[in-house]
Amino acid sequence: MDIVKLSAIEIRDKILKKEISATEVVKAHLDRIEEIDKDLNAFITIHKEEALKSAERVDEKIRNGEEVGTLAGIPVAIKDNIVVKGKRTTCGSKMLENFIPPYDATVVEKIKNQDGIIIGKTNMDEFAMGSSSETSYFGPVKNPVNEKLVPGGSSGGSAAAVKANEVPLALGTDTGGSIRQPAAYCDVVGIKPSYGLVSRYGVIPLANTLDAVGVFGRDVSDAGLILSAIAGYDEKDSTCYEYPVDLTFERNLEPSEYVKGMKIGIPKEIYIDELDKRLVGKMDEIIKLYESLGAEVVEITLPHMEYCLSTYHVICKAEVSSNMARFDGIRFGHRTEEYSNVDELYKNSRTEGFGEEVKRRILMGTYFLSMGHGRKYYEKALRMRTLICYDFKKAFEKCNIILTPSSPILPFEIGKLKDEFVVKDFTSIFAIPVNLAGLCAMSIPCGYIEGLPVGLQIIGGRYEDLNMIKAGLAFEGGMKNGI
Amino acid sequence: MAYKTLIGLEIHVELATKTKMFCGCPNTFGEEPNTNCCPICLGLPGALPVINKTAVEYAIKAGIAFNCKINTHTKMDRKNYFYADLVKGFQISQHEIPLCEEGYIEIELENGPKKIGLQRIQIEEDTGKLIHTMEGDTLIDYNRSGVPLIEIVTKPDMNTPEEARLFLEKLKSTLRYIEVSDCKMEEGSLRCDVNINVIDTETGAKTNITEIKNLNSFKSAVKAMEYEENRHIQLLKEGKNTLRETRRWDEVKNETITMRVKYGVDDYRFAIEGDLAPIEISQEWIEEIKEELPELPDAKKERFMKEYSLSEYDAGVLTASKELASFYEDTVKYIDDPKLVSNWIMVDVLRRLKDEEVEIQDTKLTPEKLAKLISLVKTGQINNNTGKKVLREVFETGKDPEEIVKEKGLIQISDESQILEIVQKVLSENQQSIIDYKNGKDRALGYLVGQVMKASKGKANPQLVNKMILDLINKM
Repeated sequence: MDIVKLSAIEIRDKILKKEISATEVVKAHLDRIEEIDKDLNAFITIHKEEALKSAERVDEKIRNGEEVGTLAGIPVAIKDNIVVKGKRTTCGSKMLENFIPPYDATVVEKIKNQDGIIIGKTNMDEFAMGSSSETSYFGPVKNPVNEKLVPGGSSGGSAAAVKANEVPLALGTDTGGSIRQPAAYCDVVGIKPSYGLVSRYGVIPLANTLDAVGVFGRDVSDAGLILSAIAGYDEKDSTCYEYPVDLTFERNLEPSEYVKGMKIGIPKEIYIDELDKRLVGKMDEIIKLYESLGAEVVEITLPHMEYCLSTYHVICKAEVSSNMARFDGIRFGHRTEEYSNVDELYKNSRTEGFGEEVKRRILMGTYFLSMGHGRKYYEKALRMRTLICYDFKKAFEKCNIILTPSSPILPFEIGKLKDEFVVKDFTSIFAIPVNLAGLCAMSIPCGYIEGLPVGLQIIGGRYEDLNMIKAGLAFEGGMKNGI
Repeated sequence: MAYKTLIGLEIHVELATKTKMFCGCPNTFGEEPNTNCCPICLGLPGALPVINKTAVEYAIKAGIAFNCKINTHTKMDRKNYFYADLVKGFQISQHEIPLCEEGYIEIELENGPKKIGLQRIQIEEDTGKLIHTMEGDTLIDYNRSGVPLIEIVTKPDMNTPEEARLFLEKLKSTLRYIEVSDCKMEEGSLRCDVNINVIDTETGAKTNITEIKNLNSFKSAVKAMEYEENRHIQLLKEGKNTLRETRRWDEVKNETITMRVKYGVDDYRFAIEGDLAPIEISQEWIEEIKEELPELPDAKKERFMKEYSLSEYDAGVLTASKELASFYEDTVKYIDDPKLVSNWIMVDVLRRLKDEEVEIQDTKLTPEKLAKLISLVKTGQINNNTGKKVLREVFETGKDPEEIVKEKGLIQISDESQILEIVQKVLSENQQSIIDYKNGKDRALGYLVGQVMKASKGKANPQLVNKMILDLINKM
């Protein structure tokens, strides 16, 4: 039995049946990381000792017949912009190279409470700014599918770690596709839940009205398992949804069971010129699959789709400029050696601590919030965001689920688009509207085109995360049955 | 030439909530530096704010007390700027929609009441505190970071420094009445910035607005405004103008000094605080708060005039602070002579408070003790002067007036036989005064009474002494 190839649910069941111990599971995954991560670079920090200690505690609980949590003994990787008490949290930046947070993020607390084993922190684009995991201070992440390819980003480390069997589950964050795009590029499942379903307390923000914590797994059931563990109201996050959202689903039903009575919408606006033509055929196959399962497929419209990218560009950067202000070298993070007054301290610490992409976004965001011309962009973007939300509201009157490709562009080679910021932003063009409207969406593997993995994006309404999961289970089952 | 001065104020008031604005840290003053702190008020990466409902309630209370419109749909904004005492690089404040708008505070002027308009009352968080050491280092204490504040912005409706002083007094007393802040300027829980300029009403020429900061007391605020007013007028006379600038009041030099000149408008790059949900305030909640408000100074003053038959002036002074007003009312409960109690408080007690620069609640005097003292004088057991001395002792020691009188044997002597000997001795030693009195110098009588009082160590009943001296002189 190759432990690292087991799914999270299989691991938990075997631990509960005492077929394997949590310690064995953790050791196997640590060995796997040891073996391949030097090359893959999915992790920034490994919590070897703590992970083994936690595993030992789970084993002890099981030996004593105590009740254990839903993630008992399952190794989980955490994106390095989510704080873990006492362990360094870098955001892939020199700025936080040695930052040790004194508190746990709520999602981390929840994983610990469910007896999940936090095995380490994953690599990412610096401060989650990027879509290829190439902007990390700790070097680029490689794609386990093909090492020449980028793994996508910004949660590229988490996606790669799951794909490469370094862990069965990982957390990521998604502000404009940062979970779904790497999930698609690395051929794994990635869920960005509805805004407010999962607490953001302890998650270092990129753009706080767009950020969501989400999950990676190698199948929908695994991803759903950890999503259930981290979801729920948190009084420490005022933007959390106050009411319980049911996320329970039955596994291994007939695929058609999951989509009974479901209406699936295909936005006509996805067929843009820039869409990889090979994806058009793929979409047809996907539609056929759902139809064969008994779902009704309808065409819908999202009239303001073409403005999503620029709206996102303005709002995200404006929020970035404000969110990055606290990194001033005074209380934590990198402090320059070269200063003779406080202004120089700020300037030099930030100049030395931040990478190029971070600086670019701070500059643009500062412009968008400044009086005069810049501000007009911000105000217009806020209004456009309202229109985009309204588009989805109208669309969901006609369907329960919306499908798009996860990315209009298939995975590209590392270094190829290094300075093509516009094109890289463009890889998330179908993901971004979901963040602007606070909806839920997942990327689910749907095979390969010429050796390149393809992801399907399944979008659900706000707090309709269970519908989205069911549509994912149906598709996964349908693919397996070879329809 | 005639000049009109325009004064507007920006007042920051720390709210006396148990915890800070966005976290559970205690909101207490004078703790060991950096002990009332957590990831939220230190602005650590990933920490999120949660609004303190009591702070919102307190701000609404202030809004109601100051006749404001309460905005039922409001939100928090980010005010972005860099400063070492500002942990997040932005202050969570209100920009677009303040919690309260368009109110006023009424002040009493000689020619009647005047309404000073309020533009807005907004809720926000305080910053940390910079401490500059002798060695030239700067230390930062973040205990104050995240303490709830309201910022009250007036319209430029005050035309003299005195009006501004009356406004500040009324503002402070009202905020203390409704118990939302202790308003201690010396601890920084009330801070005031002044905006001032002057118009030449004949030519229409006006000076640029200057802002004055670093005002540590109402007294220095008034002095600074007077100084600035004169400076502006002088410049107008010379055909010059002031700079658009921020000036600092220098307590030692008694003058304002340029801090920085404003070349443009400060750009705080305001943005939505997306980490906090919009604030929805129900009409019911506002009504509830309204009902729970205590009697406000103006209403109390009216009632005092009616209930205790006090003059408007006396009622005004006695209700200027909530503590003084309840002290007065409590004293009247012990001794039912409102006018007499008012006289004692208005004259002797207030002078004492002023000399000592303390508030009534910080002294050892209690309503019960004052009532006992007044009663001792009223019943003739001690004379008025002794009463004043005993009051001083109560202030100093907190002892019971009756005990002080007993201990020191201060009971007034109203027995002629006990005084007669002293009177006779004084008269025999002051023949000249007797002659003077007989020659029509009334003052001589006062001198003689005084000598007897002195010899009796103040215990003799002065009316009685007066009568005895007259009787004896007339017999001569």
